[in-house]
Amino acid sequence: MAGWLFVSPALLGLGLFLVAPILLAFWVSFRDWSGLAPLDSSTAVGTQNYHDLLVKSGIVQSDFAKSLRNNFYYVVGVVPAQTILAFLLAVVVNNRMLRGKTFFRTAFYFPSVTSSIAVAFIFIFLFSPSGIVNALLSAVLPGTVSTTWLAESNGVLHIVFGWFGVHSAPSALGDHKLLGLSWWDWLSGPSVALTSIMVLAVWTTIGTFMLMFLAGLQNIPEDLDEAALLDGASNRQRFFRVTLPLMRPTLFLVLTLGIIGTWQVFDQIYAMTSGGPQKTTLTPAYLIYREGFTNSAMGRAAAIAFIVFALILVFTGIQRLILRRRED
Amino acid sequence: MANTVRRATGYLVLMASALVFLYPFVLSLSTTFKPRDEVSLQPILPWPLNPSSRAWSDVLLHSDFPLWTFNSAVVTVCATLLRLFLDSLAGYAIARLNWRGRSWVLGLVLAVLAVPPVVLTVPRFLVLKEMGLLNTYAGLILPLAVDAVGIFIMTQFFQGLPKELEEAARIDGANLFQTYWKVVLPLARPGLITLAILSFQGTWNEFLLPLIVVRGSSSHWTLPFGLSTLGRGGAGGQSYDYPVMLAGSILTILPVAIIFVVLQRFFARGITAGAVKG
Repeated sequence: MAGWLFVSPALLGLGLFLVAPILLAFWVSFRDWSGLAPLDSSTAVGTQNYHDLLVKSGIVQSDFAKSLRNNFYYVVGVVPAQTILAFLLAVVVNNRMLRGKTFFRTAFYFPSVTSSIAVAFIFIFLFSPSGIVNALLSAVLPGTVSTTWLAESNGVLHIVFGWFGVHSAPSALGDHKLLGLSWWDWLSGPSVALTSIMVLAVWTTIGTFMLMFLAGLQNIPEDLDEAALLDGASNRQRFFRVTLPLMRPTLFLVLTLGIIGTWQVFDQIYAMTSGGPQKTTLTPAYLIYREGFTNSAMGRAAAIAFIVFALILVFTGIQRLILRRRED
Repeated sequence: MANTVRRATGYLVLMASALVFLYPFVLSLSTTFKPRDEVSLQPILPWPLNPSSRAWSDVLLHSDFPLWTFNSAVVTVCATLLRLFLDSLAGYAIARLNWRGRSWVLGLVLAVLAVPPVVLTVPRFLVLKEMGLLNTYAGLILPLAVDAVGIFIMTQFFQGLPKELEEAARIDGANLFQTYWKVVLPLARPGLITLAILSFQGTWNEFLLPLIVVRGSSSHWTLPFGLSTLGRGGAGGQSYDYPVMLAGSILTILPVAIIFVVLQRFFARGITAGAVKG
C-alpha cells in the first residue's frame, strides 16, 4: 500500500498531463475543432482529418507532403553528420597522449546546454547577408559571397542538377505526383535555408553525442586493446576490429536519439524562418503548431501528430533492423 | 616521430573544433557592444571599434526582459522542486518497496519515456484548456512537475544504494516516510543534483510550452518566449536589431552557463544516466 501512496502523486501528474491528454488528442484527431470554442462544441468528422492529409489533393495535403520531404532531408543530413563528427571528436578527445581534455570536452558540450532560441538568434546573425559566414566564404572563394541564406528556397539537389544542365523537371518526374507533390519536387533536396538550420542542429548536438561516445570508449577494457596490440594488430585494425564493434550499443543509442530528435525540430524553425521561404523549412512539428494554433484546425493538428508518431516508430524500427542484420 | 605528428594533428583538430564551438559566443558578446552600422561592416572582429551600451540599455531598461527573467525563475524553481520531490518519491517506491503493481508502474514509466514530445503539443493544450490553466503560472509549472526520465534516473540511483541504513532506521522505529526523508534522501544527494540540473536546464530553456500556454498573456511570458520577440521589428533580415537580439540571447544563456561551469561533472553524469534509457 505504501508503494502506491509514494507513486500516486507522480502517477497523477503523468496521467493528467501525459497519458490522458494523448488519449484525448487521439479522439480530437477524429473531430473538427477550432481550439478556441469549448471542446463539447466540436463535431465528429470520422477519418476526414487523416483523409485530408493523406488522400484528398489540395493545399492541406501538399503542405503536409512538403513538411515530410523537408524533415526527411533534415534527418538524412543531420543524423549521419552529427554521429560521425561526434564519434571522431570523442576518439580524439579520448587519446591518452593529449592534455587539456576537460577544457575541450566543456567547449564542445557547451552549445548543447544553451537555449534553443538564443542559439537560433546567434545563427541568424552568423548567417545574415553581411555576417561572418559570407565574410569567410568571400575570403576563400573568388568574388564576393552575399547569399541571404535563410531566404534562399532553392533545393541543394536541384542546384546540383542545374550544374549538369537539368533546370526543370523532366516530364517523367514532373507529371507524376505523390501526396500532391511531383517527383521533381520530392527530389529537391533540402533548401539552402533548411541546410543552414541543419548546420545549426549538427553544431548544437555534437557535444551531447560526443559525451555518450566518450562514456562508451572509456568502458572498453584496456587489456582487450593491449592484447590486440601484442598480437600485432595495426592501429587501423584495432580501430575497426576492436573499438568499433564494442561501440555498437552506444552507436545504436546515438542513432535512435538522433532520429527521434531530428523528427521534432520546431524551436529553430519558429525563431529563424517560420516555415519559409516557399515552405521549404516547414516541418511536421511546425505544421502541428501552425494548423492548431494559428489556423484553428486543432483536429488536423492532432492527426498530424499521430502520423508523425507512427513515422518515428517506423524510422527507428528500420534503423534497428539494419544494425541487427550487420550483427549476424 | 610518428607520435609527435599524431599529437600535433590531435591538438590541431581539437583547437579548430573549440574555435568553431566557442567563437560564435565570443563574436555575439562583442557584437552587443557594437553600434548597428558597425555590425555589418565588421562581421568577424571580436571587439567593438566604437563601444556602445545602447543594446544593453534597450534590453534591460526598455523591454520586459526583467519580467521574463522573473517569470522564468519562478517557473524553473517551482517545477524543479516539485520534480525532485515527486520523481524521487516514485523512484524510491519502484526501487525499494514491495507492492503489487510495482512492475506495472515501471512499465508505464518506460512506455511514457518512448513518447516523443512533438506528440504532446496538442494534448497539453487540450488538457490545460479544459482545466482552465491557460495563461497561468500553474499551466507553465504543472506539466513539467513530473517526468518519466527523472523517475527512471532516481529508480536506478536508489537501486545502487546499500539497504542497511534504511533497515537500521526502520528498526529504530522510524516510519516509512521518515526513513525516506531523513535517511534515504541525504544519501541520494548526487542523484538529486543530477536531476536538479537536468530539470533546471530543461525548464529554463523550454520554449514550446509557454508558446502554447501563455502566448496571449504577455505578463506571463518566460525568457525564451520573450526573447523570441526581441529585436525583430519590421519584416526581413535587414531590419533585425542584432545587438539587441544577441544581448538578450547572452543573458538567457548566462545562468545555465554558470551552473554548467561550476557543476560540470554532474552534467556529464546526467548524460550517462539519460543514456541508459535507450
